[in-house]
Amino acid sequence: MHAEQVKHDFEPKVVAFVCTWCTYAGADLAGTSRMQYPPNVRVLKFPCTGRIDPVFILRAFQKGADGVLVSGCHPGDCHYMAGNFHARRRFAAFRALLDFVGVDLNRLQFSWVSAAEGGKWVEVVTELTERVRGMGPMKEFKELELEEQWSASLSTPELKAAYDSIT
Amino acid sequence: MSRIGVFVCHCGENISRTVDVEQVAAAAGNIPGVAFSCDYKYMCSDPGQNLLKKAIAEHNLTGVVVAACSPRMHEKTFRKAAGAAGLNPYVCEMANIREHCSWVHENREMATAKASDIVHLMVERVKKGKSLAPITVPVTKKALVIGGGIAGIQAALDIADAGHQVLVVEREPSIGGHMAQLSETFPTLDCSQCIMTPKMVDVANHPNITLYSYSEIEKVEGYIGNFQVTVRKKARSVDESKCTGCGVCIAKCPKKKIPNEFDQGHGMRSAIYVPFPQAVPNTPVIDRENCTMFQSGKCGVCAKVCGPGAVDYQQEDTLTVESIGAIVVATGFKLYSIDRKPEGSMIQGYGEFGYGTIPDIVDGMTFERLASASGPTGGKILRPSDGKEPKQIVFIQCVGSRAREKGISYCSKICCMYTAKHTMLYHHKVHDGQAYVFFMDARTPGKGYDEFWRRAVEEEEAVYIRGMVSRMYQKGDKIIVMGSDTLVGVQVEIEADMVVLATAVQPQEGADLLAQKLGISYDKYNFYSEAHAKLKPVECATAGIYLAGACQGPKDIPDTVSQASAAAAKVMTLFAKDQLERDPVVAKVNEKYCVGCFACKKVCPYGAIEEKEIKDRQGNVVKVIAYVNPGVCGGCGTCQATCPSKTVELDGYTDEQIMAMIETL
Ligand SMILES: Cc1cc2nc3c(=O)[nH]c(=O)nc-3n(C[C@H](O)[C@H](O)[C@H](O)COP(=O)(O)OP(=O)(O)OC[C@H]3O[C@@H](n4cnc5c(N)ncnc54)[C@H](O)[C@@H]3O)c2cc1C
Ligand code: SF4
Ligand code: SF4
Repeated sequence: MHAEQVKHDFEPKVVAFVCTWCTYAGADLAGTSRMQYPPNVRVLKFPCTGRIDPVFILRAFQKGADGVLVSGCHPGDCHYMAGNFHARRRFAAFRALLDFVGVDLNRLQFSWVSAAEGGKWVEVVTELTERVRGMGPMKEFKELELEEQWSASLSTPELKAAYDSIT
Repeated sequence: MSRIGVFVCHCGENISRTVDVEQVAAAAGNIPGVAFSCDYKYMCSDPGQNLLKKAIAEHNLTGVVVAACSPRMHEKTFRKAAGAAGLNPYVCEMANIREHCSWVHENREMATAKASDIVHLMVERVKKGKSLAPITVPVTKKALVIGGGIAGIQAALDIADAGHQVLVVEREPSIGGHMAQLSETFPTLDCSQCIMTPKMVDVANHPNITLYSYSEIEKVEGYIGNFQVTVRKKARSVDESKCTGCGVCIAKCPKKKIPNEFDQGHGMRSAIYVPFPQAVPNTPVIDRENCTMFQSGKCGVCAKVCGPGAVDYQQEDTLTVESIGAIVVATGFKLYSIDRKPEGSMIQGYGEFGYGTIPDIVDGMTFERLASASGPTGGKILRPSDGKEPKQIVFIQCVGSRAREKGISYCSKICCMYTAKHTMLYHHKVHDGQAYVFFMDARTPGKGYDEFWRRAVEEEEAVYIRGMVSRMYQKGDKIIVMGSDTLVGVQVEIEADMVVLATAVQPQEGADLLAQKLGISYDKYNFYSEAHAKLKPVECATAGIYLAGACQGPKDIPDTVSQASAAAAKVMTLFAKDQLERDPVVAKVNEKYCVGCFACKKVCPYGAIEEKEIKDRQGNVVKVIAYVNPGVCGGCGTCQATCPSKTVELDGYTDEQIMAMIETL
């Protein structure tokens, strides 16, 4: 698997939200096995896909991600027993919402990659990267970001004040 | 203001070959809040760790990012070093620029850019990180061993001999596993029963071992040092406390023609039975599906003849909950069968061998039973169809194994050796017979193994033919074996009286379901995964759970016993402590903002969320809010992603930290 990695005109940004136990370990295995894949992906590690808030995905798109991957343990294999089921339910609703606001769902991929599936990690990442490369940059959310100040960062003084005023 | 130190490792050449480490260190130096950055050849070495400690002191660092290998490899190492230098270990993080970068990319420019990005992500994460105090939890010094084959037996005896309580849970009516079925064992031809039975008896008699036979794991909760395990004891229909093991019930049972599983279906047993004479415990069990009493309500002979009145048709399954500190999984293997496979299975059957319809084509375990003095033929090699002694016998290795087209690409490891053993046993018993072996390779690494194999070929007159068999069919009372000899380059046809297949070793039935209960990972074949292929071969990634024997991969007895003792040693190391420090990655509720909707409680897989009453000075309840029991919380963070007001937060993975990371994109 020695694909020549050459720089293309458009190098998409791909962000992967993964769980520690399965997909992160699967990506490690791809590394130990020296498999090759496009260097566009940035990995954020979570204890469990259950921890992944849809807001993170929105924010990633806003900050310039052209594709987002969410990947955890196979159904039934969750280290925390059921976290990935909650994640699955949450993301089903979230996808519908994204669809509604006009995001091309091809930019958001969910998958299950286990600790033993280094090869599958490579496949999933390569596929998503090449797909969004073909789709071109994702502009919609980045423009939004320019227009208004994002309020999800919890440390803004305004937000703190607002919180404190309720109690 | 944060003062973060960034340490970029070359990992010899592993990282620096594709990543410009100097550039990564320089770029890190420009990130606001980074007070120090450098690169070094081996960060994990003693001088590397000292470099880190010195920099923490000299530059008054408030956090550390080590850009090197995977945190699964060395997070502990560097957290310990940071801790030794007076820093809170939880503000030390690793940026994985090896497994996730240098090893998987070739373009230096892009790999370097990616490595810098990864470092930046982690710097932001550490900047928002909080000092955490490790949580100490007590260790329950009682081990659970799942599976009573030689692996489970060895692990249980070792742990019990060290003075700790052990619970052995075995699914079948007796412990012993596959080794109890073997006749003689390579590489020395010891009699299997002779070396196995005493160990089984030791398990039964050991004051520190409690045996749950004919039992299964129902549920596993908790975490290292503090598991709660529910065991289902299946109804034996015989009261173990009353039964004396006299065996009258077995002798008197009128239903006697049931194929005996222990003899691979080649001997007969009654409906009330012990699987084999040396069974532990020696308490019979009623096979309800074949018992006339259970099927038609008539009979009851065994209850009538039982002196102590131990037979109990009304007995039901019982559930027991046990507090356990460590778990050894030793559920072993099963053998591949050449039968037609159900639709959708990744494993294929062998149509070219008749899909298991030719009676004198048997598997290796059946041959073990035929060769065993306690087996259905009293140790005579007689073929199943007509009880004749086979004069021409063919052994075929690698059936199912190393056959990607059949669904299994691994080597089953034990078949070369046991086939050599089979040819010897055959030669010792049928002096005028001839054994042929079809093989791909003879893989005999191991002490005394190659010598053993050579003996089969050179002294015991087995004819080894290198090549595979393409087809077999019945012709009269012969089996026509058609294959090729790839060394000579000719087709071979043998008229055999009997054929023995060395079928692949596969994980135990239901291995995946047990893994899901335990929360451990397994590969695509269902073999359980060790935490590290080289350095943590007996530990699971899930703390407090260890692996022994063939459930982790095909293994012979010496390897199985070594691994079992290693797993036992790991358990003893754990039990040497009264208290255990666990990662403080647990959720906390901000009591001020919690509105008490308990959305979190509904999703928490650990049941860690409790209701807490907040009272005023007069003692009136003013509100009921969520409280996370830190001892129970597993740290998945599902509650946080669910909470509508974001007032429950997972330490180490706060929204603030994650958002800060996303900001760098
Ligand atoms: C034909 C043949 C010949 C062999 N000859 C030799 C030889 O000569 N020399 C040698 O060194 N090795 C030999 N071996 C290999 C040897 O059998 C294995 O190395 C050994 O049996 C592995 O032991 P184990 O305890 O891991 O697994 P097993 O023997 O399979 O024991 C596993 C136990 O766990 C129980 N169990 C399974 N699932 C559960 C569950 N969910 N809950 C509770 N209990 C469960 C099973 O009932 C069983 O008792 C041979 C193997 C075969 C097939
Ligand atoms: S979900 Fe949030 S607000 Fe609701 S009870 Fe749990 S912590 Fe409190
Ligand atoms: S992080 Fe939350 S949901 Fe997960 S175990 Fe802890 S309290 Fe339960």
